[in-house]
Amino acid sequence: MFEFDLYRVLSFAFQFLDSFAVIVLATVGLAIIFGMMGVINLAHGEFILVGAYATTLAFHAGAPLVLAMVIGVAITTVYGVILERTIIHRFYGRLLDSMVVTFGISIVMIQLTRIAFGNSLPQISTPFSSIGFGPYSYSTYRVALAGVALLTLVSLYWLFTRTDFGVRARATMQDADTARSMGVDTDRMYTSTFAIGSALAGLTGALYAPARSMNPEMGSGFLVEAFVAVVVGGPSVLLGTPLAGGLLGAVNAGFTTLGGTFIGQVAMLVAAILAIRLMPNGITGLIETIRQKRRERA
Amino acid sequence: MNGRLSRRAVLAAGGAGGLSALAGCTADGGLLGGSDDDDGPPTIGVLEDRSGTFALNGESKWQASLLAVEELNEAGGVLGEEIEVFDPDPQSDNERYRELTREAITDENVVALWAGYSSATREAIRPIVNEHDQLYFYTTQYEGGVCDSTIFPVGATARQQLGAVIPYMIEEYGPRIYTIAADYNFGQISGDWVKIFAEEHGAEVVAEEYIPLEETDFGSTINNIQGEDPDFIASMLVGNEHESFYSQRADNELEIPMASSTTMAQGYEHLRIDPPGLTDVYVGVNYMEEVETDSSQEFVDAFYEKFPDAPYINQEAQNNYFSVHMWAEAVEAVGTFDQEEVIAHLESGVEVDAPEGTIELDPATHHMTHHMRVGHADESHELEFFEEQYIEPSFLHEVGCDLTETPEQTQYEPEDFYDV
Repeated sequence: MFEFDLYRVLSFAFQFLDSFAVIVLATVGLAIIFGMMGVINLAHGEFILVGAYATTLAFHAGAPLVLAMVIGVAITTVYGVILERTIIHRFYGRLLDSMVVTFGISIVMIQLTRIAFGNSLPQISTPFSSIGFGPYSYSTYRVALAGVALLTLVSLYWLFTRTDFGVRARATMQDADTARSMGVDTDRMYTSTFAIGSALAGLTGALYAPARSMNPEMGSGFLVEAFVAVVVGGPSVLLGTPLAGGLLGAVNAGFTTLGGTFIGQVAMLVAAILAIRLMPNGITGLIETIRQKRRERA
Repeated sequence: MNGRLSRRAVLAAGGAGGLSALAGCTADGGLLGGSDDDDGPPTIGVLEDRSGTFALNGESKWQASLLAVEELNEAGGVLGEEIEVFDPDPQSDNERYRELTREAITDENVVALWAGYSSATREAIRPIVNEHDQLYFYTTQYEGGVCDSTIFPVGATARQQLGAVIPYMIEEYGPRIYTIAADYNFGQISGDWVKIFAEEHGAEVVAEEYIPLEETDFGSTINNIQGEDPDFIASMLVGNEHESFYSQRADNELEIPMASSTTMAQGYEHLRIDPPGLTDVYVGVNYMEEVETDSSQEFVDAFYEKFPDAPYINQEAQNNYFSVHMWAEAVEAVGTFDQEEVIAHLESGVEVDAPEGTIELDPATHHMTHHMRVGHADESHELEFFEEQYIEPSFLHEVGCDLTETPEQTQYEPEDFYDV
C-alpha cells in the first residue's frame, strides 16, 4: 500500500512539473510584452506557431533537433521584429487598439499557415523516452521542460535586473520621456524588448514542437493558460509568472491526478477566478500592497 | 463544439427559425419541397469545412463531392442538366453553418444538401433542415440514432463501427476495457456503446475518462491507464488537440492495444504521426483509402488525378462520393429533382456501388448497411484489414424507427433503451 501511495505522489510531482512548464513557457513571452510594453498580444499563440513550424520544417529538412530549435527561435525573433517595426510600434500605449490589431494578425497568420503548409505537418517524435516508476511512466522530455522553464526565468531575471540593457529597458517602460532625455534610445529598447518576447514565444513553440500535434491552430492551445497566468501573476511579470505557474500548475496537477483532465481544467479556472477575486492585482500586486503597508507601519 | 453549448444554441436557432418560418410563410411557401427546374440549373449544397478546427477532415469531403459532381456532369449531367454546386466554406463554425444552410435552402433552392463534419454541427442545422423539409445527407461516421424524414445519415454509426472492432478486441486481448473519449455528445454516446458491447460479450469497462476537446497533455490519463492496466483501450478521441495522445503514448511506451472508431480513417494519423505512436491501434471502418479492392482503387486513382496535392481520402470523403452518386441515380429513376419524390424513391430501398463495395440503403431508418472492416496499424504504421462484415443499422430498428410508416424528426440515444 505504501508503495502505491509513493507512486501516486510521484505521478502528481511529474504532473505538476509538466503543468508548471506549460504555463510558464506559454506565459513568459506574453508577460514580457504585456508587462513591459502594455501591449496585449492576442497573436501570441501564432508567434508560438511560427516557432513550432520553423522547428518542425527545419528538422524535416535534415537539421538535428537542437539546431532546428535554434532556427525556430531565430525565425520567430525576426518575424516579431518585422511585425513590431511595421505594425505594432504604432500601437504602444493604446491597449484596446493593440488587442484588435493583434487579433487580426492572429487570424491572418492561421489562415496563411493553412494556405502555405496545409492542415497539418508531420510531427517530430518526442526525444528521451520516459521515466518508469512502478506500473507508471512519465515523459522525460516533458519533465525536463520544467528545468528549461526555470532556467529561462532565471536568465530573464538576470537580464532585466543585472545588466545595463535591463536597466535601460525598464527605464524606458517606466518613463519613456525621462529615459530619452537621459540618452536612452527608447525606440531601440521597444524593438529589443519585443524581440525578446518574440524569441521566448519562438522558444516555447520550438520546445513543444516534438510534444504536440502540428496544425495551424495549435497556438490557441497555449492562450488560455498564458492569459490566466498573466492576470493571476500581476504587474511584476518576472516574479508573477513563476508564482502563477506554481499556483495554477499545482491546482491543475492535483485535481487532474484526483479526477482526470476535465476536473483539472475546471479546478484551474476556478482557482484563477478566486485568485482574481481575492487578489485583484494578482499575486505580485498583493505582495506589493503588503510591503507598502509594512513600510507605512514602520 | 461542446454538447451542452450546442444544445443551447440549437434551442436558440430553433426559436429564431420559428419566427422566420412565420415571416416567410407567404414568400417561399410555393417553393417548399418543390423542384426549381424553371429557375436555372439544379444546384446541390456542399457545406464542408476548409478552415477552422475540422478543416483536416472537411477538405477531403468537399473534394470528393466535387469529384462526384464532375463525373456526373462529364457523363451528361443529371436528367440532361448540368449540376451546379453551392459550396462556401463554413469554417468549422456552427453559427456560419446556420446562415449558409438557410442561404442554401431559401436563396439557392438546393435540390439536395451535404453539410457538416461534427455531430454538433448536424444538430445545429437540423432545425433549419426540418423547417424546410430539406433533403439532407450527413456523411460523417457518428454516434447513431438520428431518425428523421428528410435526413439520410449515410456514414457508419457507432454501433456499426464499435460493433466491428470491440467484440474482436475482447476476443483477441481480453475483457478489461478502459474508455477514453472526447467530452461531447459523440464521445459520451460512443462510450455508452462500448459499455453495451462489453456487456453483450461478457467484458467490463473498468474505467472511463471523458476529455475536453482542447486537452493536449495526457500525462495523467496515461498514468491512470497504467494504474488500471486494462486489456485494451477503447478510444474515441477527436480533433487536432487529442492527437498529441499518440506521440505521448509512444513516448511512455504504453503498449496496451487500442480500439477506436475515430482514429486513422478520418485524420490519417498513421501518416502524420511518426511510428510507433499508433502501433496496435485497431479501428472499425467502412472505408479507408488503403482498402485494396478494385472499386476502391478506381476511386483513389480518380480522386488523386483531380486533386494531386490532396494528402488523404478519408472515410467521410468516400461517403460523400457514393451518396452524391446515389442521389443522382434516384433523381434519374424518378425523372425529377423534386425532393419528396427522390426521398420516396430512396425509401423504396436502393443499392449503390460504392468504393467500399456494393451497399444498400435501409428504407426504414435512412442509414446504410455498410461493409465494416477492422483496420490494424503495425509498428511501422502499415495497415491491414480483416474481419469484413456486412453490418445493418440495427439500433434504430430496435427502437422502432420506421420512416416509411411514421415520419419523425428525432435522435434516439442508447441510454434510453439500454441499461448503461
